[in-house]
Amino acid sequence: MKIRFTLNGEAREMETDERRRVIDLLREDLTMTGTKEGCGTGECGACTILVNSESRLACLMVAPQLDGAEVMTIEGLARNGELHPLQKAFIEYGAIQCGFCTPGMVMASLDLLTRNPSPTEAEIREGISGNLCRCTGYQKIVEAVSAAASARKLGGRP
Amino acid sequence: MNVYLPGSLSELWSRQEECGMAQFFAGGTDLFVKLRASAQYPRALIGLEAVRELRSIEEREGAIFVGAGASHTRLLSHPLIQAHFPLLAKALRVLGSPPVRNMGTIGGNICTASPAGDALPPLYALGAEVELRRRDRSRRLPIHEFILGPGKTALAENELLYGVWLKKDDSPALFHFEKVGPRKALAIAIASFAALINSTDAGIVKKARFAWGSVGPVVVTSREAEESLVGFPLTRESLQRIVPIVDKIVSPIDDVRASASYRRALAGNLVLRLAEYGPREMGGKGEGLTRT
Repeated sequence: MKIRFTLNGEAREMETDERRRVIDLLREDLTMTGTKEGCGTGECGACTILVNSESRLACLMVAPQLDGAEVMTIEGLARNGELHPLQKAFIEYGAIQCGFCTPGMVMASLDLLTRNPSPTEAEIREGISGNLCRCTGYQKIVEAVSAAASARKLGGRP
Repeated sequence: MNVYLPGSLSELWSRQEECGMAQFFAGGTDLFVKLRASAQYPRALIGLEAVRELRSIEEREGAIFVGAGASHTRLLSHPLIQAHFPLLAKALRVLGSPPVRNMGTIGGNICTASPAGDALPPLYALGAEVELRRRDRSRRLPIHEFILGPGKTALAENELLYGVWLKKDDSPALFHFEKVGPRKALAIAIASFAALINSTDAGIVKKARFAWGSVGPVVVTSREAEESLVGFPLTRESLQRIVPIVDKIVSPIDDVRASASYRRALAGNLVLRLAEYGPREMGGKGEGLTRT
């Protein structure tokens, strides 16, 4: 079937199998490997993307569900070669170790900050509760999200 | 496998007629995991997400109607749910994770018919009814008549779970939901417990509704347990009377998450937590009538 959607602000049209999972469509068909696949069953959050500004799991969606949607992946965050403030905060606070969970963590955090620009620590922890990290132990990630939220209040991007 | 996402109910029925053996899906958070694990795909899948009517949450006929395709996130943030069914909201807050709540739906949680479905104990305690529809027919069933066993429901061929009806009850009631799992997010309940209690100003129980999850093939309720509390204050002593009844009515299993005996003990112990809402002089917070 043919699907049309917006990917990171760019209109796309592609022919795909209806059974194709969104994670495979992104990683294999579009070679956008920023989105990771961890468990493949919705439990690790590594494949988190935004669909119509809401966090979703690309491993539990099939291609037809993207038709007409606005999709944002980790590749859509940097602009003109400059990293998004959230990405910068992750680097600055050492919230990245092996990096595998990072794209999903950033997308989940972006979803949270869009809905709740001044989250408490508990709200940040709940916001990323669907994302597993086996390296940093979450504290640095929470600090990075918190710092990005504060920076936003000072006029930066989300 | 063909996947269709009709934009209206009439289109949905036409698609179904055209496909013959089609399976409906809502959020897909359970279904896609299952399909991939079994590698057995139906001939056609018909998704509900684009049908606006199935996502509605509104007051109708003096009750609250929740469309089967309403996501957990929408329910959680909806003023009607917050105002009238905080018990349900409390349970949904610990269902899955934020993206799972964005995708998963109340109808999916019901049709999956898992004994551990987080929305189920509150729906039983609230006396929810489900509305089932075919193109030419609509019928309503109490939720306990709809869920028949793990993964088994009373859905007939070509029938769709259209939505859930919840009766409003404006008398102030204490509500309690607790889920025990290895962690807060994404945990499948080892046992869960939902309670709704109406009491007098003096803290004497007038009416109680209880429902336990994950301790039997379907959600467990007990008229005997509920009635045994009527006329008593919410104290550990009166709640203790329920424990032997709970022991009798649950039929938990051993699995990777917990042993049957642990689940059995939990089901009884979770009831004792209600003492926290009892009279202050008897060890409670003295806030029995406050919605917390």
